[in-house]
Amino acid sequence: MSQITNEGLILACSAIGAGLAVIAGIGPGVGQGYAAGQAAAAVGRNPGAKSDITTTMLLGQAVAETTGLYGLLIAFLLLFVKPLT
Amino acid sequence: MLTGISSLIGNAGILLAAQNNEPDFMIHGLIKYKLFGQDLYITTTHVSIIIVTLLLITFFLIMKRKMKNPEEVPGTLQNIAEIIVEAIDNMVNQNMGKNARRFVNYIGTIFLFIFISNISGVFGLRPPTADFGVTLPLGLITFALIHYNDVKKNKARAFTSLFKPLFFLFPINVIGEIAIPFSLALRLYGNILSGTVMMALVYGLLPIFVKIGIPAVLHVYFDLFAGAIQTYVFCMLTMAFVNDKIAD
Repeated sequence: MSQITNEGLILACSAIGAGLAVIAGIGPGVGQGYAAGQAAAAVGRNPGAKSDITTTMLLGQAVAETTGLYGLLIAFLLLFVKPLT
Repeated sequence: MLTGISSLIGNAGILLAAQNNEPDFMIHGLIKYKLFGQDLYITTTHVSIIIVTLLLITFFLIMKRKMKNPEEVPGTLQNIAEIIVEAIDNMVNQNMGKNARRFVNYIGTIFLFIFISNISGVFGLRPPTADFGVTLPLGLITFALIHYNDVKKNKARAFTSLFKPLFFLFPINVIGEIAIPFSLALRLYGNILSGTVMMALVYGLLPIFVKIGIPAVLHVYFDLFAGAIQTYVFCMLTMAFVNDKIAD
């Protein structure tokens, strides 16, 4: 244990932190799936409005994706920019 | 090509240095210069952004000359220009109604710039929008546009509306307004950066026989699909925020 340097410890903890940060992907995954499911139901009820529904669904999903991307950005920062070392 | 220039000048100018065996998706400094005592760099982002801008300017200068005497039956170039103008006009008209004429120029400009920037990953450039220094100004321009129109339309009510519905919600309202450009910028930046990183990982880490064919499919998703969607989202949100302020 004594040969672990300070820098190595920080790198290891950064990697763990990056892994924890991308757990944020759960939220957008659930949200996007729900939006897609609702859109599928809407197309089933009203097939004529398919193009409108698809556009609205994609827009909402792209906005819902943002929170997941914040987690991803933190992971990238920890892995590649290494602000703590 | 860009890595060639970079190694020619020397790797002294690498901003966010990657290890030699890591896949390469970082921003590299190509030319170093001093301004007010600070070391600054011409980066790969600058090169990409100049290429994108020149492409757009050249295309529209050619179109301007071409459209001075438009043909009754449109040719190829005229068709492309008409499709672009019609699509943007329709998009803005659907969302802004009677105010569309005032904003169609701005929306069209950022739409084309962001779209060409996003899909430039297909052509081997590092997308300019995968740099926070490009997307944040776009967000700030939108922020300025929103509040210019807010003050112009609502006069003093633009400021008093910050105290509604209750006066002690003022700090929360201010934070909500300031968060708009950052969320716009981070959304675009995060999406395009994640696509760039994915492509770099595929090109850098997989064995050679997997690199044939499979990256093409991923390019379609990460560069073309995600790029188009994010362009659309940026423009739609800009229009929604502006519309929110100038609605009667």
